[in-house]
Amino acid sequence: MNDDNPQAAQPGRARRWLLRGVRAACSVPGLILASAHVGFAGLAKEAGFTLAESMFMVAAVWALPANVVLVGAVLSGASLPAAAFAVALSSVRLMPMVVALVPEMKAERTRGWVLYVLAHCVAVTSWVIAMERLRAVPREMRTAYYAGLGFTLVIGNTLLVGVVYLLVGSLPAWVTAALLFLTPIYFLTSLWSSARERAGHVAMATGLVLGPVFHVLLPGFDLLAAGLIGGGGAFLYHWLRRKGDGAPA
Amino acid sequence: MTFDAIDAWWWPFLFILLAGWLATDAWRFLGVAFGGRIREDSEALVFVRAVATALVAAVIGNLFVFPSGALADTTAALRIGAAALGFVAYLAAGKRMLLGIVVGEAALIAGMAAGW
Repeated sequence: MNDDNPQAAQPGRARRWLLRGVRAACSVPGLILASAHVGFAGLAKEAGFTLAESMFMVAAVWALPANVVLVGAVLSGASLPAAAFAVALSSVRLMPMVVALVPEMKAERTRGWVLYVLAHCVAVTSWVIAMERLRAVPREMRTAYYAGLGFTLVIGNTLLVGVVYLLVGSLPAWVTAALLFLTPIYFLTSLWSSARERAGHVAMATGLVLGPVFHVLLPGFDLLAAGLIGGGGAFLYHWLRRKGDGAPA
Repeated sequence: MTFDAIDAWWWPFLFILLAGWLATDAWRFLGVAFGGRIREDSEALVFVRAVATALVAAVIGNLFVFPSGALADTTAALRIGAAALGFVAYLAAGKRMLLGIVVGEAALIAGMAAGW
């Protein structure tokens, strides 16, 4: 930020911070995300998606919950509008995450389009790493750092999904079963971790039960019904509790 | 207009673009546009997060109860038991995700080996 001649020193310095971002992607959260994508490759293949479609989903959507919801919607025979609505509901949470990240990442001379491009990389893992480490990065270098971090995760996991997709067919059945188990077990722990308030835990528990119930009762709309009823119920619980506590709203 | 509605190579990609990419990146782009004008702790966001969590949890519940492929050959009791064990391990270890995943997977594999 306080370089004497920022213009001249910029390119080499930006590359260095970009590489530091790349290195930040190779961390425990990065490993957990990779294991979840190993599971996703198996899930997509079992659901009948082709190799190209599976990789395209990972790179274009880049939010594992959204992709898992998309696969779930396709599996339950949802129409395009119903699938888009379910995915949109699962992705609304990205908006406040981006809203919180942008002021951290933006420097005085940052161009608008750079922020839009980088926003595509925002998903839970890169967001958690960035919110934790951006503070230690010089402000002018934050977009370079986040580009290294975000695009390493996007590109790395897209390639990983391709490789695992090709391997799945030749693996023993028990390995494939274990691999398919990765997605639900990953989200079981990650949803609980990411809940900010008690309502999140209530929403998770109700969703787990209502999903299979509506799968039988309302095929095609099971996810929407479970999301709206489970989430609405959890919010009601949150609202009543807050009222009961007499806490200022 | 389902995923299999049109028999053309481009249809699945268009479906993914509209139902997946647009439905997700639209929110990210709105986030950049709003930049810093929404409070993280507002009631509306608590509602949004609750619905999103319940929705993803519903998919997870379906994956446990109605799995596809090789996982469908295991019993529901084994899948739910292994998941519960993994979740308890994750909580007991102070919310360590990696440990929860490893314990859950180990329980599933042990169960399959035991022929459950």
